[in-house]
Amino acid sequence: MTNVLELRGITKRFPGVLANDKVDITLREGKILALLGENGAGKTTLMNILYGLYKPDEGQIFVRGQEVDIQGPNDAIARGIGMVHQHFMLVPVMTVTENVMLGVEPTKNGVFLDYDKVADRIREISDQYGLEVDPHAYIKDLPVGIQQRVEIIKVLYRQADILILDEPTAVLTPQEVEGLFKILQTLIDKGKSIIFITHKLKEVMNVADDITVLRLGRIVGSIDPKDATPEILASMMVGRDVNLVVMKQPAKPGEAVLKVDNLYVRDERKNMTVNGVSFDVCKGEVLGIAGVQGNGQTELVYALTGLLPVESGEIYLSGKAIHKATPREILEHGVAHIPEDRQRHGLILSFPIYDNMMLCTYYEAPFAKGVSLQEQTIHSNAQTLVKQYDVRTPNIYVNASALSGGNQQKVIVAREFSRPIQLLIASQPTRGLDVGSIEYIHNQIIKKRDEGTGVLLVSSELDEILALSDRIAVMYKGQIMDVLDAKNANKENLGLLMAGVHPSESTQQEERLP
Amino acid sequence: MTQTATVKAAKPKGIGGGTLGQALLVPALAVLSGLILGAIFIFAIGENVLTAYSALFRGSFGSLPALIEGIRAYFSTGENQALLRAIYPFTESLVTATPYILTGLSVAVGFRCGLFNIGAEGQFFIGALCSAFVGYSIRGLPAFIHLPLAILGGALGGAVWGMIPGYLKARFGAHEVVNTIMMNWIAFRLSDWLLNGPMQASGFRPVTPNIQPTAELPRFFADPLRFNWGFVLALVMAYIVYWFLFKTTLGFEIRSVGANPDAARYAGMNIVKNFVFVMALAGGLAGMAGSAQVLGVDHWVGQGFAAGYGFDAIALALVGKSHPFGVVLAALLFGFLRSGATEMQSMAGIPIDIISIIQGLIIIFIAAPAIIRWIYRIPTIKTEETVLTRGWGS
Amino acid sequence: MTTTTTTPPVGHVIPISTRKSQTLYGSVLIGVGLLIFLLFGLDTEAGVTTTFGMNLVGSEAVTIPNIIVPSQATVFLMAAVAVFIGAFHLSRGIRSLGVVLGVIALTFIIAFLTWAAQDKSFNLTGMISSSFVRATPIALAALCGVVSERAGVINIGIEGIMLLSAQVAVVTATVTQNLWIGLLMAILAGALIAALHAFLVIRFKVDQIVSGVAINIVGAGTTSFIGSRFLERATDTLNNSGTFPIIKIPLLSKIPVLGPTLFENNIIVYLMVFLVIALHLMLFKTPWGLRTRAVGEHPKAADTLGVNVHLVRYVNVIIGGMIAGIGGAYFTIGSVGRFDEIMTAGKGFIGLAAMIFGKWNPIGAFASSLIFGFADSLQVKLQILRVPIPSEFLLMAPYIVTMIILTGVVGRAIPPAADGQPYEK
Repeated sequence: MTNVLELRGITKRFPGVLANDKVDITLREGKILALLGENGAGKTTLMNILYGLYKPDEGQIFVRGQEVDIQGPNDAIARGIGMVHQHFMLVPVMTVTENVMLGVEPTKNGVFLDYDKVADRIREISDQYGLEVDPHAYIKDLPVGIQQRVEIIKVLYRQADILILDEPTAVLTPQEVEGLFKILQTLIDKGKSIIFITHKLKEVMNVADDITVLRLGRIVGSIDPKDATPEILASMMVGRDVNLVVMKQPAKPGEAVLKVDNLYVRDERKNMTVNGVSFDVCKGEVLGIAGVQGNGQTELVYALTGLLPVESGEIYLSGKAIHKATPREILEHGVAHIPEDRQRHGLILSFPIYDNMMLCTYYEAPFAKGVSLQEQTIHSNAQTLVKQYDVRTPNIYVNASALSGGNQQKVIVAREFSRPIQLLIASQPTRGLDVGSIEYIHNQIIKKRDEGTGVLLVSSELDEILALSDRIAVMYKGQIMDVLDAKNANKENLGLLMAGVHPSESTQQEERLP
Repeated sequence: MTQTATVKAAKPKGIGGGTLGQALLVPALAVLSGLILGAIFIFAIGENVLTAYSALFRGSFGSLPALIEGIRAYFSTGENQALLRAIYPFTESLVTATPYILTGLSVAVGFRCGLFNIGAEGQFFIGALCSAFVGYSIRGLPAFIHLPLAILGGALGGAVWGMIPGYLKARFGAHEVVNTIMMNWIAFRLSDWLLNGPMQASGFRPVTPNIQPTAELPRFFADPLRFNWGFVLALVMAYIVYWFLFKTTLGFEIRSVGANPDAARYAGMNIVKNFVFVMALAGGLAGMAGSAQVLGVDHWVGQGFAAGYGFDAIALALVGKSHPFGVVLAALLFGFLRSGATEMQSMAGIPIDIISIIQGLIIIFIAAPAIIRWIYRIPTIKTEETVLTRGWGS
Repeated sequence: MTTTTTTPPVGHVIPISTRKSQTLYGSVLIGVGLLIFLLFGLDTEAGVTTTFGMNLVGSEAVTIPNIIVPSQATVFLMAAVAVFIGAFHLSRGIRSLGVVLGVIALTFIIAFLTWAAQDKSFNLTGMISSSFVRATPIALAALCGVVSERAGVINIGIEGIMLLSAQVAVVTATVTQNLWIGLLMAILAGALIAALHAFLVIRFKVDQIVSGVAINIVGAGTTSFIGSRFLERATDTLNNSGTFPIIKIPLLSKIPVLGPTLFENNIIVYLMVFLVIALHLMLFKTPWGLRTRAVGEHPKAADTLGVNVHLVRYVNVIIGGMIAGIGGAYFTIGSVGRFDEIMTAGKGFIGLAAMIFGKWNPIGAFASSLIFGFADSLQVKLQILRVPIPSEFLLMAPYIVTMIILTGVVGRAIPPAADGQPYEK
């Protein structure tokens, strides 16, 4: 068994952080190596080095036993290394063919592009590997699962035999994940070798031949999937025993605090992305909205918080109609919003922490008297909140940009929780955070629930939904497929709903499960 | 819409804002570099740099011997002519700086809200015309009513001129860069018509009648010194703008919209209202600059009145880092430079346009602190640079 | 964040709700009709005719008879057509918005011209031909913008580049007594300034708009400086180059109306037409074009496939600068043969508006430039006709038209996705 790829002692420093610290990786030919680690562990940096996007400060790379110096993506591609990125590197307004041939365009007469030649080759690859796609389709019209196939075709078109897949399952339904694993098996059967980067430890055990765990830039160890359990892997990833289950009391739900009735919402490009949605959130409960990103959840949250206009339908907050309300009015009625894009919506990065701490309430007492800002009060408010919510910062005068992702999220949570609220909307609240921050945020959410606040949790991480929710709704193509009690929900039935399979069709499958 | 960059795990050191010294260093060096390049330019066209720059200095500050002579004459004979002549260049520089302060504030306020107000020139002109109109057409009012009214007229005229592109941006997303430039050209043509038609004083020259004495901004000294209360007005406005931007809720909103309009919306702020308000405010400030110029200095308006204030104002706002106090300092600098440049033109034969060249260079240096750091080998401090503009989209 | 939401292609205009749009444009059309009736119809004398001259003196074209129309009847007819089509659109709706806009424009212009030239003669071919020529610098500016922005770099400094190249062209042409050298030097100057802009914007991440504004300031200052310091004292030796001669294409120039317009022009105009076609082909059918568009939409994607993003941007901005250089040369060696202060009069910015209106497409930008060229030539012709509108207001027309178009379209036209953003690895 040859080692088709070896990384020895790879070290990479960025200003202020050691991203990779003497990392050793071995990929055996014809095998799938899973590289496991939580957000920020250094996995993507390592793969970017392998793909030539960064140069390592120290260390060596061996491809098929030969030491190589990878100058850039072209070099990596020439050596048979291909990368399927976590965030797709596809130009939405161009066709599949154009995206595939970018950078290696064949020409007729040396001047004009030869589209047909590329389209034919794409069809060949599709047939060979089971990656069905229309070469003339525009990327923007393709669903995410198909877009991922295009990424894989791009890599195969350039004759890669070492494939790196960076968090490929982040945007897939459980069923699409199975489809992907089948494709990976086909690739292996045709002689390819694969590195599979992920932070999802459960799926790793299904697909990997070898598992290597990375933590804070260092290799923690390698383990055979036969010997691995989720608990062992989690503690390797985090360095301590991790509570995989959030401790919580059963919910004591009260009356409905949020009532959504037949809501239709258009997104920024005027497409109808929320297609007749109705649901309730009660006081003291967590309603989780599950679903792959892009099925209308984002626009639903924006409509609930006044950031997008409502096309038709109604929204009631404790009986008060808010579907025509401005964001400020909704805020003032006791709605807190932890936005999914914290740097875009949740914070002004170039403002100091104390300004961010009162971003939503700057215009009323005690932060303002008339039009005049009360600096003393603003500062002391920030001091108190920073202490209370354990925000790691040298002081309250630094800009929000100086904080880590987890601490930025804590600032947002501190701010939102520091005013009286009856409804909390949390959208992808732990995306991109380290395990410690994730635990903290989860506990805060449950705490609010226990205080009697209604919580609407929107997340594409099924584990998070299952851990926190009392009831779970699944969104698919702008509609709610079904609402389940958390105790009746599991990955399988949620996965079917997320893929658009109606509950009646799936009951036959449920009966077959143990 | 702009796409967000993922924040890596790096934690940049550095306190938000840096120390005052650090904040001043790059602009100071930028100005110095601009002057050095200007000197090279002068040398390249075959003139004597020393003659040129000493004429520049004399034109800006006056000469020390003349000042001493003037003081001596005053204390010995009680006659102030020599003294007045000695301080004339200095006071003229302050007079030149006055419209710069106000137009600089105009552009700076726009920048704070993420808006690029290139229309200061047109707003200045319209404001001047409106002020002049109130000044010459109303008779019999006492000064303490007429003067504020004239100033107000100018501010309102400028505000309207600024509000139009502001509204178009807020409502339709039309980019204010091209629209304010178009408004400038429209203003020039409009003023051409007005000065040759309805607003023309008797005679053949395209000028307005002189304003009534009751609308004049009082001067501190006798003719020919033109130093007047307009300078004080400008300083007062600078302080008001400072207080407004940094100490009030409205100012906080404006700065938030400028720093991150998405977060501002999330926080409940109304972007449309802010855009229109800021452009009106910016237009009003530029209009007030026109007022100050008419009411305090010229007392009438003619063609070519606005002559470059608009683009200079952009440089001022950038050098002053869009902070009112920085703008005042930068405006004083430019005022002194330009005042001295007239002397340089008559004494050393250097066309006054060289100041435009120097200004353009200074803008580039300020907008790319990286260049200054690279030339002078200054280490980079991780302070947040203000994003000035955001391409064509709204 | 993975791109799972749909992105419209570059230049796609988002339609406002059709029902609202129908009512809006239908009413506007009816309003225009009424306006025509009130403003022009009532002011046209009965019994006089308007003569539209169809032949240009000195042209090779076959002479055709002039079009003579009864003034009042024609104006009323235009009013009626506008009202009728407006009512039709209001009630039934016409599918193509372009047709509706075209009707608004055509009826208004025909009525306006008929009214303005009542009892007089107005050379229509002359105006069409002049529109085409005056569109040239605008189109060249617009093409510069297209090439640059398709790769993601905004260049607001086109005005400054054109001013400087105009001056360089005329001075070098005068000194060497060779117009071709003037053209060459203008192209070189454009390339150099654009290279500076690219350098500042790519290497030092200067804000693209600020850099462009700085170039405009320096351009205006430098050309005025050199103008007053050198050119004024030495007009004959430095500022008197003559202009490129008109080249008449045999046979094609014989076609009435189109002949004088398209086939009797100087080399710069022909260059412009060539560039429009060439750029369109290159942008959409060659590897260079594909990479340019990819870099402008999603530079990171291009980077991961080995495309050198910075290089593509440098090349494009410089090519754009060369095109702007040709545009600058038009003002001097292609038009009046001398340099006057600030002679570009905002055409660089109007070119940018044409680019946006043309949806960042070479052919679309060219079509939009024709509209602006028309507005430009209209105000000259109207001054000759001594229309009772003060000339200053006529001079405002191109700028107002620019604002209207910008406002009406840009809010909904989509630029390349990465336009204006510096690329960081």
